[in-house]
Amino acid sequence: MYNPQLNAQGELIHLLTTEGLPRRILHQILDKAAEFVSGGELVNQKFADLAGTSVFNLFFENSTRTRTTFEIAAKRLSADVSSLNIQASSTAKGETLLDTVHNLEAMGANLFVVRHSESGAAHLIAKHVKPGIAVVNAGDGRHAHPTQAMLDMFTIRHYKGDFTNLRIAIVGDVLHSRVARSQIHALSTLGCPDIRVIAPKTLLPTGVEQLGVHVYHDMAEGLKDVDVVAMLRLQNERMAGAYLPSTQEFFKYYGLTPEKLALAKPDAIVMHPGPMNRGVEIDSAVADGDQAVILPQVTFGIAVRMAVLSIVTANQKGLL
Amino acid sequence: MTKNIHIKNGLLVDPLAGTENKADLFLADGKIVAVANAPAGFVADEVIDATGLVVAPGLVDFAARLREPGQEYKATLASEMAAAVAGGISSVVCTPDTDPVLDEVGLVTMLRQRSKTLDLARVYPVGALTRGLKGVEITEMAQLHEAGCVAFSQGDVPIADLQVLYRAMLYAANYGFELRLRPEEASLVNDGVAHDGPYASRLGLTGIPVVAETIAIAQITQLMRATGCKVHLARVSSAAGLELIRAAKREGLKLTCDVSINHIHLVDLDIGFFDSQYRFDPPLRSVADRDAIVAALNDGTVDMICSDHAPVDDDGKLLPFAQAERGATGLELLLPLTLAWARANQVALPQALAKISSTPAKALGFEAGLAVGNRADLVLFNPQANWYVIPEKLKSQGKNTPFIGHEMIGKVAKTIVKGKVVYSA
Repeated sequence: MYNPQLNAQGELIHLLTTEGLPRRILHQILDKAAEFVSGGELVNQKFADLAGTSVFNLFFENSTRTRTTFEIAAKRLSADVSSLNIQASSTAKGETLLDTVHNLEAMGANLFVVRHSESGAAHLIAKHVKPGIAVVNAGDGRHAHPTQAMLDMFTIRHYKGDFTNLRIAIVGDVLHSRVARSQIHALSTLGCPDIRVIAPKTLLPTGVEQLGVHVYHDMAEGLKDVDVVAMLRLQNERMAGAYLPSTQEFFKYYGLTPEKLALAKPDAIVMHPGPMNRGVEIDSAVADGDQAVILPQVTFGIAVRMAVLSIVTANQKGLL
Repeated sequence: MTKNIHIKNGLLVDPLAGTENKADLFLADGKIVAVANAPAGFVADEVIDATGLVVAPGLVDFAARLREPGQEYKATLASEMAAAVAGGISSVVCTPDTDPVLDEVGLVTMLRQRSKTLDLARVYPVGALTRGLKGVEITEMAQLHEAGCVAFSQGDVPIADLQVLYRAMLYAANYGFELRLRPEEASLVNDGVAHDGPYASRLGLTGIPVVAETIAIAQITQLMRATGCKVHLARVSSAAGLELIRAAKREGLKLTCDVSINHIHLVDLDIGFFDSQYRFDPPLRSVADRDAIVAALNDGTVDMICSDHAPVDDDGKLLPFAQAERGATGLELLLPLTLAWARANQVALPQALAKISSTPAKALGFEAGLAVGNRADLVLFNPQANWYVIPEKLKSQGKNTPFIGHEMIGKVAKTIVKGKVVYSA
């Protein structure tokens, strides 16, 4: 299938999903991000990669954390950044998604960071923007959240070094999770031999095993000897949809407690995309424990987003 | 005024008789008056040389949305009737989901009158089964039937309340009316937009499970047993659904069904990166389901093929997949896509054309054959000629279809309705 994220030379011009990206490009993102990190901290310096570039954060769906990290990333690369909370503006007045995009193009946008509640929205925009304008998906529906997945990959590589001998468990609401899908595709491409998903059947997508994962419904089995536990956020509205009987029951059987974590390897790391529901998907003792790498993930997230913005901008300009 | 027409040198393909042979055909007074030799005293006003062409009964499309009244920005009766005859279709069955919906005698009368004024294809309206398609009150079916409705349906809106459906079926059975139902359990569709399978999971699109179709078929067939109502199931999409229909037919229930041209050729994997041209209702299902549809067409479980014509404007398609409108233009693709199925499965031309002419015609109460006395509704087409689907060249106001750019084999040369040439390529 034609991959709209790559130009004719096979270089990344949009980041829409981790699916179908060559390993070379995933490593390019990780390597570039590493240039912005030193000793586990962001390099305290401003870079000129995006100087003269207008970045528009188009958030059709609420988000504080992701939007802020993209803003910080773009500003550290010297971009001019505008953030729009579209829910409260044009589309509420009936303007279509593409009308909004075309108007912002006319205002000189060079790069769109897009979050949308519908799967495929970023693909639609990427298909219709003018040549030379990059689109970075900051989360679309249940489909993809590639920068979150890549910061997870960065975190794993930071703590574990290599992917080709790891056992990784993704736990929780896989059905509604764009993060899980993007993690699975990235981990597969990076050579992770044992990717597990652990969830009740109501929170697993149909045919999920065809994404290349092993399916578990029991934490004790699924967490056995894993190197990485990637927890997912559970949204409260799942209770209303008859996906689960209660948060308490979910926590009892699928919440990550110290006892359950003890089934993983002793040096296993625990990740979470945030914001966390303590006592629903994760116990505070784990969230604040030695094995949690949740706050470093946030730091690495800025570096990875800087890397992605830098790479797609350079490739759109044809500089690489 | 009808002319005396002599069609010479054509290959006459008669789906009703199951025959094909080279012979001349003679038309007068809107009917076929002779085959092979001219009747005594016949003087042709027009001679059509059909050398290299198939001459067959005009096609009958069992499900088309004409959009008028109410959605003329998508299509008009004039544009879609022009598209129908360009596609070789002489009779169009239109669904009741216009705005307002076809739930009143006056609307049906107006639609029929307008189509008569256009004088292109014949229009057979299907009346709304419930007022406003709301699924609460049944319509005045008997009066709508008198006004010209050939059957009753809910369009694409399932009835949520089984009590209403039960009574509607009882009432329809009282008069021997047929219901055309889309088998779909709404609560299982919920906010689904694509076939519930690995591909929708991959794209993060909410799935519509096959069980949404099978549950509905099970309910409808149970209600048929209880009421004696005749039912036609519209646009069946799944292997499991077809298996239930096969069993119901073996049992002897008065059940027929159709599939759409899209579901014969396309599957969920074709959605690619969220291409909204592939958004359909019911959704495009798996390869195994598509194969089962083809097998069921071949073995006769599926009675007919329809265009499922649904003109959608660009604004309706240039949206994220889940928000995009469902459907595609189809009137001009019915013939070539049916021929493509026939070629791929070694189905003989008379049997293939039966799915889009004589079988649906029988359901409408007339014979689509080439015998003397049959209607002079004909299509003349070149079965070898190819063409490409170029939106601007389609007569339909709806330019959206997943087949844009595809090669079609089978090109309509002329369409004759009521003994009059209404389309010439």
